[in-house]
Amino acid sequence: MVENRITDETMEYVGILAKLKLSQEEKEQAKKDMEKILDYIDKLNELDTDGVEPMSHAFDLHNVFREDRVENENQRDQMLSNAPEEKNGSFVVPKTVES
Amino acid sequence: MRKEYETVIGLEVHVELATKTKIFCSCSTEFGGEPNTHTCPVCTGMPGALPVLNKQVVEYAAAVGLATHCTITQVHKFDRKNYFYPDNPQNYQISQLYLPICRDGYVEIELSGENDQKPEGNPGTENTARTENTSGAENNSGAENISGTEIDRAMRKKIGIHEIHMEEDAGKLVHDDWSDCSFVDYNRSGVPLIEIVSEPDMRSAEEVIAYLEKLRMIIQYLGASDCKLNEGSMRADVNISVREVGAEEFGTRTEMKNLNSFKAIARAIEAERERQIDLIEAGEAVIQETRRWDDEKEYSYAMRSKEDAKDYRYFPEPDLVPVVISDEWLQKIKDSLPEFQTEKLSRYLKEYEIPLYDAKIITGHKKLADIFEAASELCKKPKKVSNWLMVETMRLLKEEEMDPEDLTFSPKNLAGLIELTEKGIINSTVAKEVFEKIFHQDVDPEQYVEEHGLKMVTDDGVLLQTIEKILQENPKSVEDYRKGKEKAIGYLVGQTMKAMRGKADPAKVSQILKEKL
Repeated sequence: MVENRITDETMEYVGILAKLKLSQEEKEQAKKDMEKILDYIDKLNELDTDGVEPMSHAFDLHNVFREDRVENENQRDQMLSNAPEEKNGSFVVPKTVES
Repeated sequence: MRKEYETVIGLEVHVELATKTKIFCSCSTEFGGEPNTHTCPVCTGMPGALPVLNKQVVEYAAAVGLATHCTITQVHKFDRKNYFYPDNPQNYQISQLYLPICRDGYVEIELSGENDQKPEGNPGTENTARTENTSGAENNSGAENISGTEIDRAMRKKIGIHEIHMEEDAGKLVHDDWSDCSFVDYNRSGVPLIEIVSEPDMRSAEEVIAYLEKLRMIIQYLGASDCKLNEGSMRADVNISVREVGAEEFGTRTEMKNLNSFKAIARAIEAERERQIDLIEAGEAVIQETRRWDDEKEYSYAMRSKEDAKDYRYFPEPDLVPVVISDEWLQKIKDSLPEFQTEKLSRYLKEYEIPLYDAKIITGHKKLADIFEAASELCKKPKKVSNWLMVETMRLLKEEEMDPEDLTFSPKNLAGLIELTEKGIINSTVAKEVFEKIFHQDVDPEQYVEEHGLKMVTDDGVLLQTIEKILQENPKSVEDYRKGKEKAIGYLVGQTMKAMRGKADPAKVSQILKEKL
């Protein structure tokens, strides 16, 4: 029995954010999965982490830089080789106009 | 009667940094290349590609922060901002949310006080009279007195900077009118940006423009960007709300996008202020939303539907390690900061003895200051250089609707032109003509004058001959002059100059004519 409940509204919202259209069946399954995930996170939250710096990286590294030097040649053909469609050197996508 | 309202404005300014390569890969940032010729797996978001931070981006961002009195976050990180849009191939933008590189700064703006008027200048190159007349007092007062004189009469105001963070630019979408598709060019994807977020400290379009001009000047002085609004290397999103005068709470704000010039910004602010006041007066609510300004129609409309809820689900960027700016590194960046406008202004007044007004204009644009210094060094005539910049250069910039940063002529050719004039090889009319050529094509003045036979005729024989001829041809004017009509000589000088095809010294012509008569 899960502690957390995912409402239909949340499911709808998450679907919009992820740009996914799910069938009713898939929605129910996704809800169950997410509820389990949230329960697991609750479990993790039981651990006292007061005064512990949030970790953003697994390795204790910092300052990995590049010098500001152009090294990449024109590799457009390779870049476009995976595109489902291309025209005049551009990637072709369904018409997307900011409105 | 309508209540009194106050406009509250805050800005988000994006600036493209002048690095040679992108922020996370070594693709060129060069503007205007063929679509997708500056792309690689990193900036097209190929799975498994790893970003590596360009060190120069950190240095530019920190320098802008220091120049705007920010506190530098010596340990900072990058975060992932998630959203879907075809110009963003990774489906996230690498930005900074939790620990931006700079925080809590300000820039000081000057608002035109009543004494900040432009002195009337004679619109010719030979306006040294004005220069010399107005220069005296201010020059003698020296740099340390500037603050006590003209500058202080202008109103000053500090505009707070909330933060400055680094992020990557998106690609460019081109829409096809004939088919139902858009074309994507990722050349701009990954070009480094800094976003400068102000506090809501501005109250009018005038303050907004003054703030943007000041920011632009600082960044241009640093060489961190060329800051061209029309080319998009500087972009401003304007947050606007209105409230009744005296109210403590802010009103609901809207965000205005697509502002490509200072004029568009000013018009959009005025229109949005009116729109919000009208809503409030009609008892309706202002909705918090993003609006797009159409400068042709002078009208804005709401962008984005509910489908695109602004929920970016930021989280720490796992592909990049933290940046630690050590005290030594920070000191190095501080030490490399250039001389800024105020210091330059003081130095100009001391070293070059040019008028305060001229010095303010010239130091107000890095490009003008660079040309001024280099040309003055070459010809040792700073006042002349200043005149050419203040009069003819300004006139041509206005005529061509150009920004001083667009100037392409070399200081060497301006200095050469000044020398030709000083040596009496060409007169001022010819000099103006040659200057136009220098301005547009950066011609070598000496060569140009030689090739086009523009040298003044120094052979007095030819001049005297011409004058004799003019006197014979214009008996009426001669008579008029002899009868005491002084003005008649002007006509004779003009005729002589015309006959000499402009290649004589008008003062000398006038002198000879007077002697003859």
